[in-house]
Amino acid sequence: MKFGVLQFPGSCDEVDALHAARRVGDAELLWHGERDLKGADAIVVPGGFSYGDYLRAGAIARFSPVMESVITFANDGGLVLGICNGFQVLCEAHLLPGALLPNANLRFTSRQVQLDVVESDTAFTCACGGDRDLRAEGHLSVSRDSIVEARSTLSIPAKHSWGRYYADEPTLASMQEHGQVVLRYASGENFNGSLDDIAGVLNEQGNVFGLMPHPEHAVDELTGSSDGLCIFASMRMAVEGTHSGSGARV
Amino acid sequence: MSDSATFPGLDDALALGLTEAEYELICERQGGPPNQVELAMYSLLWSEHCAYKHSKKLLRTLPTEGPSVVMGPGENAGAVDVGNGLVCAFKVESHNHPSAVEPFQGAATGVGGILRDIFAIGARPIAVLDSLRFGEPHLKSRYLSSLDEGDRGGNGGAGARSRYLLDRAVAGIGHYGNSIGVPTIGGEVYFEAPYEQNCLVNAMALGIAKREQLVTSAAVGVGNVVLLFGASTGRDGIGGASVLASAELGSADTPWADNPPGGYQDEDSSVDKRPTVQVGDPFEEKKLMECSLELLERGLLVSLQDLGAAGLTSSASEMASKGEVGIDIDVANVPLREADMEPFEIMVSESQERMLCVVEPTNVAAVLELCEKWEVGGAPIGTVTDSGQMRIFKAGQPVGSMPVRALVDDCPLYDLEPVKPEGTPYPAPKALLSKDATASEILLALLASANIASRRPLFEQYDSVVQSRTVRRPEQGDAAVLTIAPHGAPAAADGVHDTDGAVPGIAVSIDCNGRRVAADPYTGTVAAVLECASNLACVGARPLGTTNNLNFGNPEKPHIAWQLTEAVRGLGDACRALQAPIVGGNVSLYNEGTSAGPVYPTPVIGMVGELPDVRAAGRSGFVRAGDAIALVGPFAPSLDASELAKLWGWELPDRLPPIDIDAVAGAQAAVREAVRSGALSSAHDIAEGGLAVALAECCLGGDFGARVSLGEEFFGAEGADATGREAGGSGISPDSAVALFGEGSGGFLVSGGEDALRALGASVPMWTLGSVGGDVLRIECLTRAGGELIELSLSDLDQAHGALAELFA
Amino acid sequence: MKARVLIRLKAGILDPQGEAVQRALPALGFEGVANVHIGRLVELDVDDAGQLEPMCEKLLANPLVEDYEIVLAGE
Repeated sequence: MKFGVLQFPGSCDEVDALHAARRVGDAELLWHGERDLKGADAIVVPGGFSYGDYLRAGAIARFSPVMESVITFANDGGLVLGICNGFQVLCEAHLLPGALLPNANLRFTSRQVQLDVVESDTAFTCACGGDRDLRAEGHLSVSRDSIVEARSTLSIPAKHSWGRYYADEPTLASMQEHGQVVLRYASGENFNGSLDDIAGVLNEQGNVFGLMPHPEHAVDELTGSSDGLCIFASMRMAVEGTHSGSGARV
Repeated sequence: MSDSATFPGLDDALALGLTEAEYELICERQGGPPNQVELAMYSLLWSEHCAYKHSKKLLRTLPTEGPSVVMGPGENAGAVDVGNGLVCAFKVESHNHPSAVEPFQGAATGVGGILRDIFAIGARPIAVLDSLRFGEPHLKSRYLSSLDEGDRGGNGGAGARSRYLLDRAVAGIGHYGNSIGVPTIGGEVYFEAPYEQNCLVNAMALGIAKREQLVTSAAVGVGNVVLLFGASTGRDGIGGASVLASAELGSADTPWADNPPGGYQDEDSSVDKRPTVQVGDPFEEKKLMECSLELLERGLLVSLQDLGAAGLTSSASEMASKGEVGIDIDVANVPLREADMEPFEIMVSESQERMLCVVEPTNVAAVLELCEKWEVGGAPIGTVTDSGQMRIFKAGQPVGSMPVRALVDDCPLYDLEPVKPEGTPYPAPKALLSKDATASEILLALLASANIASRRPLFEQYDSVVQSRTVRRPEQGDAAVLTIAPHGAPAAADGVHDTDGAVPGIAVSIDCNGRRVAADPYTGTVAAVLECASNLACVGARPLGTTNNLNFGNPEKPHIAWQLTEAVRGLGDACRALQAPIVGGNVSLYNEGTSAGPVYPTPVIGMVGELPDVRAAGRSGFVRAGDAIALVGPFAPSLDASELAKLWGWELPDRLPPIDIDAVAGAQAAVREAVRSGALSSAHDIAEGGLAVALAECCLGGDFGARVSLGEEFFGAEGADATGREAGGSGISPDSAVALFGEGSGGFLVSGGEDALRALGASVPMWTLGSVGGDVLRIECLTRAGGELIELSLSDLDQAHGALAELFA
Repeated sequence: MKARVLIRLKAGILDPQGEAVQRALPALGFEGVANVHIGRLVELDVDDAGQLEPMCEKLLANPLVEDYEIVLAGE
């Protein structure tokens, strides 16, 4: 299982994402100017300020050569995870519904946030249910049976100034109908003013996922939390076929 | 060009900040009057900012060598050995005057400048800290007596301007650090009236490099190419170094001195100063950083230097001076943002995000290719020569020529004429707290005061976790703690994880209580250095090296000269005792507003230490109900220059109680070893607000209450010190006021199992005070004079401690 | 040909920047201000004004959340 982590001029969290992905599989950086995805089984579009984010967060990165390949890869059913700026890029590329707007508090805000896992049967969250200790230490040993269907929560840092999720009414209704709202800010944690407390969304096909909080910064208790590891572990399970849920509807 | 423009005279030299004697010396060195380009370059390099002409002699007394020091003062940043073939580079620098003119860009470019210093020596920046000083924000506190609305400022008034400067400076720091992917992991801010017309914005950065990959700025190799890369050159900050960085700020230079933002005082002459402020672009710097590090990694550079104050003038001259060579520069080859720039403008421009390097001719193409990859401009602009001259050309025509030695080394150095003033030159603060306040009321007032309240509303605007090294974020420990390798990195790959799983790390702290330095420059500076080392001890770190930024007023005034002399003496003594030598620093003088007088003398100290295993890094908050709580160390509290004295409106004393540096260092060592061994649950150093505030902070940090009793033995045979006796108000006894709220060096509040505390008490003075638990902080004082009881819920404490939230609402 | 593109959030989407300014104006004595919105201005020279609309749709604006208005010099 190999992750490809995109690198744009202005990416900041790409090395963190690379290290996080390497905890569950192989991983390699993919330069923005190249089209070759180098055989990656899943793509991570990392955080940062791609191309300075000067026009609109993510607006220019979506037109990069590597993103052309990622769009094809996603349309063919490949797993794509967008984190923070990566989420913005995926929305700009119309791989995900909706858009990200400036935080309601108008400030860059950095905070450890609690997230409710609304859908634990997706290619990105199938290892996020169940026992926190299991998640922390091995995650891959988590069997289908141990996944708790009930909501679980994740403690993950969020840090952005452009993270207010917005979608119009019909889009939102459709997303809810198709189980595309995957993560919500827990009660009192929605500092950016996201619609409906939405923190992470899936595309209708279930193979593209974006979230504003940073799971790659929550992969070890030493640096605060290991709750984010389950996102990467879920992707591995999905790629290797150990997850057979309805999430990866391809 | 007229003759007078080609050969400016004495008047021009004076206007550029040179003295008549300096101008004559320049004429002598040049063998005649300097032309425009030459005078501009001399005026910058002979400015206080570049030449340190009032501080260099003092700085030579500081300890700069030690077993850990790899690179000392004089390079772009200092560096200490952190083991496994790696070094930690670090430095603090000020951007005070630009920030007073335009706080967002001033603070942002301050961060940008210090980051360039770090990667200029080949280190990857891993952290930023900041040290800020503003005037009183006049919080609307229900714990303090209310102020006139005019003071607080609706449309006018001092509070509004201080709040504006704080808000924009914090935003600027965040804008730059967050965008470039370097975490801001700590910092400090104080609010005092003397900073009202002259805020201080100091930024510190740290980086990690392989020892053998460090690069110096010395230009070597006659015939090598001098190559400028990064952003194009515009008219930013022209004259900035001499006009902005070395002149007292008059009120006319300070926008909104009398009118807060929103007043649009365009007719104000301050607007004329605005174009000289540099504008930062963190995206450009991010590319520049990655490009520089990759150029070094590939071994394509002979030497590297960033462009900061005085732009090309300073960078090229420093490189030539260090390499004992000459450099020829042709300004026609410098990529410009505005086509019609004069040669002198190109030479002094302070456009941001630029680097200068020396490259062997055969590598030039490879360097330019890499610049292209990172979408960074690059252009060969000159060559290294054996002439010993800085020669400036425009399309081949000479426009200036100066001996490198005259430019860099021949600026006269001045002796200070220190005189200790009679009494304090600073006015007493306005009393904000009634003498009738009870111990509980005092504690809440202190927690809600601007200097003690939680810094969360500030540090939440900074990314503190990017790069995956941050083990202790702000408010989790007394010092920030980082792993040396990105912690996500698999153990086998990074080569710095020990076989037993230990994760080596570094800790860093930045501190200075200017009010204490104002009261007693020697002891106050010693206290600032010890405070940093105590912070390190509380997370289990041993000091490796120190950086400093001396922010003072006009050194030509005898009492400022005395402050500076005494502070540097204290800095040297404390750093020698702690074996934490000075590896770099910066001096910012003339920090004075016209009507408000000088700032408090503020020698900001940054200290870096090492931890063998960050898994044992200490926490400041209580972590376990039932733990015993003890006060450890040679703590001798006094209300002199304390936060409580400020709230009560006391005038500053003219001295502080002396500090036994070795005794404090001994206590730091004992605490450090106890933390490293894992014996303690928490450790927190007692600072502003004294023991009671430290207890409250430990409670809030861990979300636990505590029951504490200060028995008669705690107050000693003498009772409270002299400062306590005058503290007699109707609300609190003098003994209790000193014990609860007195300040001093060397006190630690620790928690842990009783056995662990007993073991610690064998080597240092210790008083067991009580235990952790519940959701109330209860402090009982049993003095001979009677007693005092504080009993406050965590939510009461938290509410008071959250007072700064209003500043960012 | 000189052109200006004005980009603003669609009506009904929370505009916290506009609200912040709207709140600040009365504090400075400017009463009777409503509907403050903050957007972006893009100035550009183009050979073919017909390209402006696709430029907006594709890059300059995000049509999901933003409206845009194209103003040509002299209009």
